[in-house]
Amino acid sequence: MDADVDPTVAGPPSPGLSVVGSRPPRVDASDKVVGRARYAMDVSLPGMLVGKVLRSPHAHARIVSIDTRPAEALPGVFAVVTAADLPPIDPEDKRASGEQTFQDRTFASRKVLYVGHPVAAVAARTEAIADEALSRIVVQYEVLPAVTDVMEAVREDAPILHEGLRPRSLAGQDDSPTNVASYFEQVKGDPAAGFAEADVIVERVFRTKMVHQGYLEPHVSTATWNDRGDLTIYATTQGSFAVRDHVVRLLRLPMSRVRVIPMEVGGAFGGKNSSYVDGTAALLARKARRPVKVAMSRFETFQATGPSSGTVIRVKMGATRDGRITAAEATLTYEAGAYPGSPVGSGAHVMFSPYVIPNGRIEGYDVVVNRPAVDSYRAPGATPACFAAEQVVNELADRLGVDPIDFRLRNSASEGSEALDGTVQGSIGAVEVLEAAKAHPHYTAPLGGANRGRGVAHAFWGNWGARSSVTITVNPDGTVALLTGSVDVTGTRTSIAMQAAEVLGLPLERVKATVGDTDAIGYSDVSAGSRTTVATGHAAVKAAKDVIAKMCARAADIWGVPVDGIAFRDGVFRTTGDIARAFTFVELAGLLPDTGNVVIGVGNVDVGDWGASFGTHIADVEVDPETGKVTLLRYTVVQDVGKAIHPVEVEGQLQGGATQGIGWALYEGYDYDSNGQMLNPTLLDYKLPTMMDVPAIETVLVEVPYPGHPFGARGVGETPIMPPPAAIAEAIYQAVGARVCDLPMTPARILESLGII
Amino acid sequence: MAGKLLVSATINGEAVEFLCEPQQSLLTCLRDILGLTGAKEGCNDGNCGACSVLLNGRLVNSCLVLAAEVEGCDIVTVEGLASWQGLHPLQEAFIAEDALQCGYCTPGMLIASKALLDRNPNPTEQEIRSWLAGNLCRCTGYDKIVRAVQAAAQHLESSRRIERVAEKG
Amino acid sequence: MKPFAYVAPASVDEAVALLAEKGERARPLAGGTDLLVQLRRGRFDLDVVVDVKRIPELTRIAYDRAEGLTVGAAVTCAVLGEHPEVRGLYPGLLDAASIIGGAAIQGRATLGGNLGNAAPSGDAIPALIVLGAEAIVAGPDGGRRVPVAGFCTGPGKTVLRRGELVVAFHVPAPHPRSGASYVRFIPRGEMDIAVAGVGAWVALSAGGDTEETSRVEAARIALAAVAPTPLCVESAGAALVGRAPVEVAFEEAAALAREAARPIDDMRGTLAQRRHLVGVLVKRALRKAVRRALGVS
Repeated sequence: MDADVDPTVAGPPSPGLSVVGSRPPRVDASDKVVGRARYAMDVSLPGMLVGKVLRSPHAHARIVSIDTRPAEALPGVFAVVTAADLPPIDPEDKRASGEQTFQDRTFASRKVLYVGHPVAAVAARTEAIADEALSRIVVQYEVLPAVTDVMEAVREDAPILHEGLRPRSLAGQDDSPTNVASYFEQVKGDPAAGFAEADVIVERVFRTKMVHQGYLEPHVSTATWNDRGDLTIYATTQGSFAVRDHVVRLLRLPMSRVRVIPMEVGGAFGGKNSSYVDGTAALLARKARRPVKVAMSRFETFQATGPSSGTVIRVKMGATRDGRITAAEATLTYEAGAYPGSPVGSGAHVMFSPYVIPNGRIEGYDVVVNRPAVDSYRAPGATPACFAAEQVVNELADRLGVDPIDFRLRNSASEGSEALDGTVQGSIGAVEVLEAAKAHPHYTAPLGGANRGRGVAHAFWGNWGARSSVTITVNPDGTVALLTGSVDVTGTRTSIAMQAAEVLGLPLERVKATVGDTDAIGYSDVSAGSRTTVATGHAAVKAAKDVIAKMCARAADIWGVPVDGIAFRDGVFRTTGDIARAFTFVELAGLLPDTGNVVIGVGNVDVGDWGASFGTHIADVEVDPETGKVTLLRYTVVQDVGKAIHPVEVEGQLQGGATQGIGWALYEGYDYDSNGQMLNPTLLDYKLPTMMDVPAIETVLVEVPYPGHPFGARGVGETPIMPPPAAIAEAIYQAVGARVCDLPMTPARILESLGII
Repeated sequence: MAGKLLVSATINGEAVEFLCEPQQSLLTCLRDILGLTGAKEGCNDGNCGACSVLLNGRLVNSCLVLAAEVEGCDIVTVEGLASWQGLHPLQEAFIAEDALQCGYCTPGMLIASKALLDRNPNPTEQEIRSWLAGNLCRCTGYDKIVRAVQAAAQHLESSRRIERVAEKG
Repeated sequence: MKPFAYVAPASVDEAVALLAEKGERARPLAGGTDLLVQLRRGRFDLDVVVDVKRIPELTRIAYDRAEGLTVGAAVTCAVLGEHPEVRGLYPGLLDAASIIGGAAIQGRATLGGNLGNAAPSGDAIPALIVLGAEAIVAGPDGGRRVPVAGFCTGPGKTVLRRGELVVAFHVPAPHPRSGASYVRFIPRGEMDIAVAGVGAWVALSAGGDTEETSRVEAARIALAAVAPTPLCVESAGAALVGRAPVEVAFEEAAALAREAARPIDDMRGTLAQRRHLVGVLVKRALRKAVRRALGVS
């Protein structure tokens, strides 16, 4: 629990809300439908140059030399930069190794670790000149053996990516070079005894491929400096302060010198928490003394941004004949890509957490391979883990002859349940969600044809809180200007403004919400972890309450009564004493300029208490037994959303998240050849679901209010990506008897499982 | 290097002349030369639809058209959808149905939807999904987009009916 | 994309002269849906791109009951699909032409481009092959006609010589009681490249109004994406001749086509999957073609 959060605002939502829970048009929509909304790709500055990055053609190689002179000599080239242009690192500094790794992600200094690893960059007058300049940079490589498969990377004879890497574990460090960046083991109870007690045990190994967030807008950044040394960056990011901090660290600048202006974001899903070209643009612009825009192509976006880990996950679970889970065990091996940091811990945390399991053991391995370093993707690490665990849960239920939802209810976690890793559930709606799924007409509707099947899967995601800043300035006409530091990636300007409007007693039209740049508003963490509507909502409520308190004080001044003699209710300030006096919000706002200072409400929070979200999905499929092609017939998402601040946006999160999960289930995955070249870096062969591939997605919003939020809201965005692969896998099994354990579940895999090919 | 070409075309109803390099796409010229940044680049190889425009009334990916090819042609971009009377019914419906999140695919989705309704004023859900399959959206799961196109089709149909009645009257 | 010059000639002669002069350094630009992508990927570079869409012969569609159908090489799939006679008489061609890309690609992609690109997976090629289509080629040494069945010689390779240009396709008038079809397998609902594709054409003898009472007079089967070029499997067509167009005969044709296929493993499909799909798709294509021949679809 965090002291910054006003405890008086907590508690379940009261009836009689007027803005929260309504369905207004989102405030960003009107600019987006006419092409007026400004994205980072749309930025154009006078004298702006085109920046382009030279990338490694090799998956693993030592850089012998880089000769940039032929490129520099080309007319129209203004700057060429490499790792040599980054600030020197003092080898005596104890942070030297970490700083070197950090710099190497922007430009490789000694070794390239994946195809697409940046080696140099140019700024030139036109794209054609920039391309020509790149082709003139001479890089000599000593090509090294590469390893892109996670199970090969853990072998003793595997090529080593980082000679200095030693495995990190709870027990300390080992001393031999390895690609295992870290490992952990969590044990609860007595797993052997738990399995001995079981009547049915299912054990399987699941493999999933690296996948990409697939945001439609590639990364792009425009940087410009003035002669004082002030840097301005127009970025596409989930966090303007994250970009600022990244560039400050990379170029060693005072924080106050860097202003990051967040533009509209063309999709992110975790993939825009990190910077890929902001530092490059800044470095080029400084050297060229002109504004520089660096835009990644789709090809570069696939090859050289942070996708999500491919995984190998072994799961073993046991249950008694009466449907009680007695033990669970899992080994998770996650690709980190070129640098340590896969979300294996998060996968381990969520996979068995929907259930009360007395005995268990989870091992996790974070493994570097010659692929791009992974980044977050919507519920990082959780979807493969959910796919694995939930398939085994379904198979147990099937083997026991128990209804899969009843089986889950029998073992469901509830408030106070302890997970295998020792974490304890707070207020959750797990049971409510399962019961709502079971009661939904979809669950019992006839399938209506041959080769059709139905599957369910269930997921837990913990969500996040963290730091957010909001200010609210009262205008004399009774409108307010709300400034937030949270980049809007999902419609949060609307949902944050709604919470402020509710507290201020104003209609939404009177609250203008704007995302501020880093010079304009206080620090705010990235818009990630399903935190923004919840945590920045806390900040907005706090700022609104500050406004009300200051306006109460002003009313007290005007009326000459003590401030505790003023109450604010239903949008009206009233005296509570004998003489009845009242101002509407608009009336009092109009008096502000002549009676004192401007009223600005401030809401800075570091939210430490937030609610988790459970979801249950129901999928119906038809499988063509001759071709293995899966057609989704019907899909329903049931989720505990706490309180839907803006129900339409919540539905959109559930539908969009489920669709990404459907893509992961059936179509998406990075393919590599044996040299570490990605084979499908296009939207032709990296297959996002099209409108033809998903049915209408029904949503059921279950509202189990979270007591720690002013309106009871929970984060909603991430949970819905998790269940689709397991739900669809079960539906395929029920349809044609193929138990597919690898993602994506391609037609070829299904035919192989059926023994047809 | 080949010299620049002078291209004359009609864009959103206005006669336009611009200079382009022969290898530049229509998308690049719309965005970087003509300042019409509504059409977006998502893939630059015709697989996402974010750059959709109408070329002589036909739906095309402007990334797969050379600017030099549009000499004498008529082009409509998202900036040309609304009129002085207000938003196009598709734009109104996309707002009302919340058929967008990040908005990056929206200009292309709107143009493709207009191309559909121009040809097929009363499409079925399956026809909408098939026609718009070349326009990827990563945010919405498509459902609300389908509803918006259906709502716009209905609105346009009732407008036509009113016009017909008015003509008779 | 490396810079190049752009020329839009108004006549076949001008285009041929330019292509002959520049040889490998020039390519015709029809819809651009393959060419521009390949140029952008740097697969090759050119001195000049020859836009053939302003040449009247390349953008015309003509149908004559005796002569059959002539389709300009630069006619877009969208325009082709709106042509009444093509819709009524050549549904097998439209099966293929209408699934090349989504709506926006349809507005640009052309039969000439699909053939000229000579991808093993080109959907229109098997459809043209089974209809007995010929490419009408213009060149510096005059014109010639090339059966589409023999046009492609390898991935991206064709019989065209320096300076030659496909002007149009000629498709014979439909044989009475004949039907054609094209079916393919793709992982998604649209927008994909064929993992395998099959074109089929059957002509039935006079008499008999059901599958069981009819006899196949002639048949052709052609495959996509299972060999270095689109592949006409003559044995599979021949196996149907003289027999009733029913499942047992289709099975035999399917088996012959499976044997003739020479698929590879790649990220779009496995060898075993493709060979299997050939069998499945041959039967599906034949069923559809026979229904059309009988006028029951």
